[in-house]
Amino acid sequence: MSLQRFMKEAVSEWMRGKGPDSDIVISSRIRIARNLVEHPFPMLATDSQLEAVIEKVIGASGQEAFQQLGDFELVKMEDLSDLEKRVLIEKHLISPNLAEESRKGAVLLSNNESVSIMINEEDHIRIQCLFPGFQLKEAWNLANKIDDIFEKQLDYAFDEKRGYLTSCPTNAGTGIRASVMMHLPALVMTQQMNRILSAIGQVGLVVRGIYGEGSEALGNLFQVSNQVTLGQSEQEIIDNLESVARQIVEQERMARKQLMEKSKIVLEDKVCRSYGILQHARVIESKEAAQRLSDLRLGIDLGIINNVSANILNELMVMTQPGFLQQYSGQKLTPEQRDEKRARLIRERLLIEHHS
Amino acid sequence: MRCQECGERPATLHFTKIVNGEKTELNLCEQCAQEKGDLLNQGTDAFSIHHLLSGLMNFDQNIPTAPERSERALRCETCGLTYNQFAKSGRFGCSNCYKSFSPKLDPLFRRIHGNTTHSGKVPTRAGGQIKLKRELQSLKDELKRSIEEEAFERAAEIRDQIRELEKKIASG
Ligand SMILES: [Zn+2]
Ligand SMILES: [Zn+2]
Repeated sequence: MSLQRFMKEAVSEWMRGKGPDSDIVISSRIRIARNLVEHPFPMLATDSQLEAVIEKVIGASGQEAFQQLGDFELVKMEDLSDLEKRVLIEKHLISPNLAEESRKGAVLLSNNESVSIMINEEDHIRIQCLFPGFQLKEAWNLANKIDDIFEKQLDYAFDEKRGYLTSCPTNAGTGIRASVMMHLPALVMTQQMNRILSAIGQVGLVVRGIYGEGSEALGNLFQVSNQVTLGQSEQEIIDNLESVARQIVEQERMARKQLMEKSKIVLEDKVCRSYGILQHARVIESKEAAQRLSDLRLGIDLGIINNVSANILNELMVMTQPGFLQQYSGQKLTPEQRDEKRARLIRERLLIEHHS
Repeated sequence: MRCQECGERPATLHFTKIVNGEKTELNLCEQCAQEKGDLLNQGTDAFSIHHLLSGLMNFDQNIPTAPERSERALRCETCGLTYNQFAKSGRFGCSNCYKSFSPKLDPLFRRIHGNTTHSGKVPTRAGGQIKLKRELQSLKDELKRSIEEEAFERAAEIRDQIRELEKKIASG
């Protein structure tokens, strides 16, 4: 398969990177957890009970109001290869937990992949809406709408005091997890992230790196999300996250401006070196690729590089993950083979850029 | 056993916290446990919420004391999960677990969310029932008052209303 055709199928709406403030906010995500009454949570349910949950969700998605939202496809985990599951994880459409731990796990995917409804993950239903750029409210409106349509047919486990009842007590109440993925290279370069991390912790939000283990954020990509789900309304949770994310966006813009004013030549050098390496490297590890792609993207945002489109970071961060590389190659690869393949895919992707 | 924090109230909550392989036992009353929970929460960094949660819920299995035995007996009749199993896995087994373990959950939710009561979205259909149930409760309260005041005519009226409402609730 040609890279262009592969990309057409591989790139989700959120990776195309068109959206408000998408120079810094890569994507906005809302996920709400719901469970059905009189069915044990997936952890304790029998296979036939879990199958019944899938049937109920299929039934609820047959309603006309749901059909009007677009085309959806139900994908069962048992029908996918490990590699296919991995690709869905790397595109943020399903959780590792659904792919690896669930019995009778399934996902209802919209054709532009902005909606993915996980079935039989830790909870019976997890509605996820993933939008490009800074669009938390839009993502919530859609998730909320799907939730309302489902509730017309499904009996949700809900309690007056505890709200929506979830398998894990950390999700109870609203069942909502709102998050934004942000590209913060200037705050990292100016060593302001620690200060911001600790400030964010104090307002009930969590920050973590998106790729890589622990606190190391590959590609300077961070996810900020709410931690509290009980005792605040959905609106309060979203407003809180939105206002904090807005402040981080402003700080990142300020740090970029300062870098351009105070050390323009150093910054240009860093960006252009990374661009050169991405264009010419024959072997590249994922850690280095992430850093170089982040540099290139910053260069594009600051006008240092003009002939490359900005969504290159979002796309290539996903497409140079192990699952994607192997999917593209059509075979399993050793880590060494992956580093070679990764370098080639990046080179080819940059060539498409110059010819289009 | 007395609460080791205030030394006054009986210790009803027994935690075993394992930090870097070192085991610390905490025997606290509910009030002190709450305060401690809040304190612990303030130091929570981005990556430790699940760790903290399982730490706080991890009851010691090896040293059975009187109140622990009763905790062990706490079991959800619907799905069969015991409170101890819940404490270990950090996961409820079914929606009814919330009722079955209800006496233990306020401190837990306060520790996780700083709050115990939902104030967000209410589903339309299940929410309608909630409204009716709230009405029913207030009628029952009124009935009690009228009986105490020996306003038996009024009480009979209310009793009819209650029957009506209960029928409505039962029919969904
Ligand atoms: Zn005490
Ligand atoms: Zn249960």
